[in-house]
Amino acid sequence: MTDTPLGPDQISGATPDNALRNADRAAAKDGPHDGPMLAADGTPLRRSLNRALRRQKLRALALVAPLLLFILITFVAPIADMLFRSVENQIVGETLPRTVAALDDWTFADGEPPDEAAYDALYSDMFLAAEAKTHTRLGGRLNYETTGISSLFRQAGRGVADIGEAQIEAIEDSSEAWDDSAFWAGLMLTGDEAAADTDLLADARARARIISGEPLAMPDETWPSAAAAAALPRTAVAYTEFALYTWSVDEDPPAEEDPWEAVWLSLALDLAANPDAPSAFSGAQAEALSAAQAALPPGTADFSFRDAFLEMDEDWGSLDVWGTIKAFGGPYTSGYFLSAADYSLNPEGVSAMPEDEQIYRTLFVRTLVMSLTITLSCILLGYPVAWLLANLPLRTANVLMILVLLPFWTSLLVRTSAWKVLLQQQGVINDILVWLGIVSDGGRLILINNATGTIIAMTHILLPFMILPLYSVMKTIPPSYLRAAKSLGATDWTAFWRVYFPQSVPGIGAGSILVFILAIGYYITPEIVGGTKGVFISNRIAYHISTSLNWGLAAALGSILLVLVLALYWLYDRIVGIDNVKLGG
Amino acid sequence: MAVASTDTAPMKPLRGPGFPIALTALAGLVLGYIAGNALGNGWLGALVGAAIGAAFAWAAAGPLADNRTAGRWAAIALIGVFLLLLGGVGGLVAGLLIGAVLSWIAYWLASGAYRKGVPAYATPGQVLWHNTFLFICGFIFFFLIAPIVVVIPLSFNAEDFFTFTPEMLALDPEGYSLKHYRDFFTSSDWQQAMWNSLKIAPVATILSVALGTLAAIGLSQSHVPFRRAIMAILISPMIVPLIISAAGMYFFYSRVGLQGTYWGIVLAHAALGIPFVIITVTATLVGFDRSLTRASANLGADPVTTFFRVQMPLILPGVISGGLFAFITSFDEVVVVLFVGSAGQKTLPWQMFIGLREQISPTILAVATILVTISILLLATLEILRRRSERLRGMSPG
Repeated sequence: MTDTPLGPDQISGATPDNALRNADRAAAKDGPHDGPMLAADGTPLRRSLNRALRRQKLRALALVAPLLLFILITFVAPIADMLFRSVENQIVGETLPRTVAALDDWTFADGEPPDEAAYDALYSDMFLAAEAKTHTRLGGRLNYETTGISSLFRQAGRGVADIGEAQIEAIEDSSEAWDDSAFWAGLMLTGDEAAADTDLLADARARARIISGEPLAMPDETWPSAAAAAALPRTAVAYTEFALYTWSVDEDPPAEEDPWEAVWLSLALDLAANPDAPSAFSGAQAEALSAAQAALPPGTADFSFRDAFLEMDEDWGSLDVWGTIKAFGGPYTSGYFLSAADYSLNPEGVSAMPEDEQIYRTLFVRTLVMSLTITLSCILLGYPVAWLLANLPLRTANVLMILVLLPFWTSLLVRTSAWKVLLQQQGVINDILVWLGIVSDGGRLILINNATGTIIAMTHILLPFMILPLYSVMKTIPPSYLRAAKSLGATDWTAFWRVYFPQSVPGIGAGSILVFILAIGYYITPEIVGGTKGVFISNRIAYHISTSLNWGLAAALGSILLVLVLALYWLYDRIVGIDNVKLGG
Repeated sequence: MAVASTDTAPMKPLRGPGFPIALTALAGLVLGYIAGNALGNGWLGALVGAAIGAAFAWAAAGPLADNRTAGRWAAIALIGVFLLLLGGVGGLVAGLLIGAVLSWIAYWLASGAYRKGVPAYATPGQVLWHNTFLFICGFIFFFLIAPIVVVIPLSFNAEDFFTFTPEMLALDPEGYSLKHYRDFFTSSDWQQAMWNSLKIAPVATILSVALGTLAAIGLSQSHVPFRRAIMAILISPMIVPLIISAAGMYFFYSRVGLQGTYWGIVLAHAALGIPFVIITVTATLVGFDRSLTRASANLGADPVTTFFRVQMPLILPGVISGGLFAFITSFDEVVVVLFVGSAGQKTLPWQMFIGLREQISPTILAVATILVTISILLLATLEILRRRSERLRGMSPG
């Protein structure tokens, strides 16, 4: 710090920092002094100065801190959040956790749908999701990737309760006890913490919490029974989820509610898989279980969830559906960014979109080309005006400056509506042209709802941002340079091009970058006068946020735009310096 | 060019009256064609206009050369009456305008005033270029200001059209009405929108001015660590495209429960206004004489007193203009409000945006005129402040 040369942030004069610097220089020249130099209060001068410097820095920071904090919270955090959203993809893993886990060993390249385990997991996940009504949201999300999944999920949500109807009815008819909700609770739950399966509870809580979005709890002093979990493992999991959900979300005691169909079916499968299960219980419970076991329809041991799902809709056997679930199963995805670049992430991997569907690349190119056109028009129109203002007497220039500042201060919507009024086919410009006989009444020019409209209106709106920096640079070019060049024999053109123009280039640079930055992010004006051919990438982002609700894609498009703008911002800072932004002349 | 090359004598009427007569006749031809078009026969109008133009130029160079005022009034009256007879009240106004323009051109050419801006030794080519350049600049100024000006008369349209009706062009009082203004002041939608705007903008302004001024003072100290980075962050709300800010705020504010609330919009607008406050106040502080605060401290004032009694009055113009910028930013802002606000918080720009996109209604033009008036007032305030601050600093009389 002390031996750096005078940087742009430092000032000259008697400051503690400079005193330190001088002391260092003196020490370097004369070699170290004998003993430290002392300040008035007896402390070494070096330390005293350092302390003063530190205090100054802290004071400056303390003044800036509230605003910095404010901007970080209200502005930077939202943007960071948006960046995060462009890769975030928790929804698949949260809604179908067991399915995603079951698909671990399966790949799309296998060429056939996954095995029974995946369908089994899908059943458990889908049942819980359908109860919490999160399956439609997930269906909507996956529908961006493969069309048709949304209705498939909706249908599954309705049909999942009908799976295994025969088994459920058989158990129901086998004993009166099964109609008693309290009997179920007595079978599966326990009041004794020592006999409880707490791991099972924790797993179920974690799953159900993610799905329902709130912390779930069991009724006071009840736990899933470890004995039941050992004898009837499936049933224990299904019942625990049911109990948690019923108690916490529906706020009904599980002992008074009929268990979900998933619990019944699980019981049937458990009993079929483990013939000795009833013997783990005693009394009425064992009796009811034995009766149920005896009543199970034949074939329960080979019950296939796969068949059940295929019966519901044969698309559940489709590779694409499973491939999509697998491809988007991770917590983060590059899918949105790929879509934003007109690639698609599909089960086979990454592939480019067909030529005629590459809308985003077209849109980005169009945004850039139109912004460039607008910037060039602004240079073309702004340069003469800035030159005139810089070379007129100050008083006249100030009056004319009002003509530049008035549009600058006028509401953006006023200017946009003015252009809408002017450019319409029945608008003022066309009326005048027809009236003058330049165009025929039938051949009115189409000036609005296309790229022309956007370019005209935005050039007008952004022109002051070009004129003001140009003006402030041109003000500093002495007019005598031009006269000198001419007196040395330069023609008007040579004098301008070789002497004046190079000096005005910083102004052009500053104005252009500012106009370009503002132009590529414009939303309102293209939306109103741009029609379909004159809209920018911003309009697409707005569409995805408010109409198609594909927020991830909106965030990815926004992130790309943001990177572009920040790169230009960095360039602007390097060339002009953000301290030198001028407003209002 | 060929015409201009006959002219070599500097700053005095031409040798022959041919050059001004020819050009004035040309201007008369164009104006006559326009007027003739309105009356039904363009080419006849052009012919008459060219003749009148030639006559004016001859008069301006000869008999009335030294009596400019009388000459111009005579020309204005002549064409005014002529067109009054042909086209009624509308014709009168158009005639007065044409008369003023044509007689100005005649004198400008005949007296050699068109050479005033160039040195005496300029070649005809340079004179021509100079005047072409002025004409181009005039055209650009027209491009800047005309769209805003056009809105004003249209807002008094008696019909629900977005263009001038024949009655309006004829200056028939029937063609004008205040009905769009009545609409604005009686429609509950518009009134609600205006009140929402007026409730949001001042609070957002106060927030950004208070925090922004403090930070600008901090940033203008001599030793600020990470000054460049801090500045870049504080200015970024002005640079980041509004749609991105809006999207980010929409996502984030929904997470923390600010989406759709009054304070959500106020915070968002305050953030957007801060760069303007920082830029204007920092610019003012550059010219601030630091020894004044030292003198004040030396005389026994504590930092707070120094700030309010010495520093604040001197940087006040900058603070106020920063505040005006912040106010207009919030008052004008529509993208963020569209996303962060809820239906109950429709602001004036939001209502205009809906009006422009969906149910086009000329009430928008009445609102636009009111807003233009407000911006003229703001601009005037700013201009007065700028002059005051320059006078205070003894920079220039302006």
